[in-house]
Amino acid sequence: MSLLDVRQLRKRFGGLVVTRDVSITLGKGDRVALIGPNGAGKTTFVNLVTGHVRPDGGTVLLDGKDVTRASPTARVRAGLVRSFQVTRLFSEMTPEEHIALAMLQRLGRSRRIFADFRSMPDVVDEADRILSLFNLSGIARVPVGAIAYGQQRLLEVALVMALKPKVLLLDEPAAGVPSADIALIERALAQLPADLAVLMIDHDMDFVFRFARKVIVLAAGGVIFDGTPQAVAADARVRQAYLGSYADDRGTA
Amino acid sequence: MTTDATVKARNAASLGRVRRSAAVDATAVVIILAAAALLYVLFPGSLALFTRMVAIMMLALSLDLVTGFAGIATLGHAALFGAGAYAAGILASKFGFTDPFAMLGVGAVAGALAGIVSSVVILRGRGLGQLVLSIAIVQLAHEAANKLSAWTGGSDGLSGIAPAPIFGLYRFDLWGRTAFILAVALLVVVFVLLRVIIRSPFGMLCRGIKQDPVRVRAMGAPVYGTLVKLYAIAGAVAGLGGALSAVATKVVGLDSLSFTLSAEALVMLVLGGVGKLFGALIGTFVFIWFEHLVAAINPFHWLTIVGVMLIVVVLFEPRGLTGAAEALWTRARGGRR
Ligand SMILES: Nc1ncnc2c1ncn2[C@@H]1O[C@H](COP(=O)(O)OP(=O)(O)OP(=O)(O)O)[C@@H](O)[C@H]1O
Ligand SMILES: [Mg+2]
Repeated sequence: MSLLDVRQLRKRFGGLVVTRDVSITLGKGDRVALIGPNGAGKTTFVNLVTGHVRPDGGTVLLDGKDVTRASPTARVRAGLVRSFQVTRLFSEMTPEEHIALAMLQRLGRSRRIFADFRSMPDVVDEADRILSLFNLSGIARVPVGAIAYGQQRLLEVALVMALKPKVLLLDEPAAGVPSADIALIERALAQLPADLAVLMIDHDMDFVFRFARKVIVLAAGGVIFDGTPQAVAADARVRQAYLGSYADDRGTA
Repeated sequence: MTTDATVKARNAASLGRVRRSAAVDATAVVIILAAAALLYVLFPGSLALFTRMVAIMMLALSLDLVTGFAGIATLGHAALFGAGAYAAGILASKFGFTDPFAMLGVGAVAGALAGIVSSVVILRGRGLGQLVLSIAIVQLAHEAANKLSAWTGGSDGLSGIAPAPIFGLYRFDLWGRTAFILAVALLVVVFVLLRVIIRSPFGMLCRGIKQDPVRVRAMGAPVYGTLVKLYAIAGAVAGLGGALSAVATKVVGLDSLSFTLSAEALVMLVLGGVGKLFGALIGTFVFIWFEHLVAAINPFHWLTIVGVMLIVVVLFEPRGLTGAAEALWTRARGGRR
């Protein structure tokens, strides 16, 4: 059975159809890339699936359960976690606090009012491990508002990893990350549990193709391709809608 | 990779930071106690004023939780203070339960309940809407207290409050010594508890909600429930302040449930510095002291001074007096290097 089963999802903003009967399934261990030109509706798809935006129609099944009407919070608790294309972090809190808070939430300790995570060795250890995976240990205690944007992007990915999801939706995790640091994201992605289902949106094709075993192409709100990374570049509709120049580059290279 | 030794060292360092936070709190407590002792000795005739300060400090601390830490705008926070004051006063004058701790306990519970009710209304709104709803709440509470004069004494105020001696031993004397000592003891306990709470996972969650509620939801944490819980805690603190003022002054007036007091509490908080807890204490102290000095000469001057004070603070040191002190401290340390 698939972990995430999205059926016939529909959304329009005013007159603009942004999601056109999109159906996508993710199973255990899947590594899927969702690509498409700007404004194709990729982020909206993530917003719909995670409950940040209400769909006009369609269903979202998580682990076989219908969560179409569930709150974003409930979906996260059921294991459906997303990252944001535009970094959303707490500017006055430190990277360490971000990771700790995510872990405390996961461990069901975020309601405690007479506790301090710094006296919880398990939280301190794991937070440190995750931060060092992203080379963020050096700035673990600097307020996020004062660290470089590229590092904030890395923290955005570190944060979702700390939630230990079953299904992970990454919205352009590498956007804004200095190219030298993209390797850090790849290294972290490589360490994700094998049975986790991951869907990643990105515009960096080399990065996407190294990661994904399956590619879905979205254009003008609809799925126009669903297949292997090898086949995508050869697909005429995809070339026309989006890949054009890139595919030609590869062809001649 | 990490070895056992580095893990141990890291955990020890982390516990060290916990201890440092505790040391800061302990220092703050010592300063509060020293200041209280000094005031007690230097101004034995003004203890009633200082006790009132402490009661209002609880209101300002409570407001700091809600506004400073969770970012909820409110101009109706006195509703929680007044709920505590009237609950304690009615308990004593109408039901004859005059044990001061019973009065304080009931005041805190009433404040917490008022906090929950307020939050359910205020959290419906956003930004300016929250402000408007909060004003509506305090006005409605004020009007209700005015109308229910059989219980509250209406505009004459609620009198006939005669708290029994503390532990049956210490009477509330004419000079207000007992009340002052009780007030300072309560303040220390509340202050330390709040410092612990803001460092807790729950406190981190509240700070997170202020900065980005969408991210908090995306981490799977509840926003609404957390804020209601915070409001209940804040309500208990403000209600305790109200009950303290009822115990100490033996009267409860409609002004304890007013828009004016709500707005003044916000001014005190801004003056002292938002989001630090220390700011609530310092702002209240400076505000009420000034008020006392100037209002004795001419009440009109007082309002002018409040206006000027606010403009100066907001324009030149938006982080308030504690922010200014912090800046001076950092500069002094930087200069020595
Ligand atoms: N809340 C909204 N209200 C109205 N229109 C919206 C809203 N969110 C997105 N849109 C529109 O929907 C379309 C798809 O946007 P979306 O952000 O999903 O695209 P995307 O594929 O993620 O693009 P990009 O690659 O630039 O991130 C765009 O035309 C956008 O302007
Ligand atoms: Mg997008």
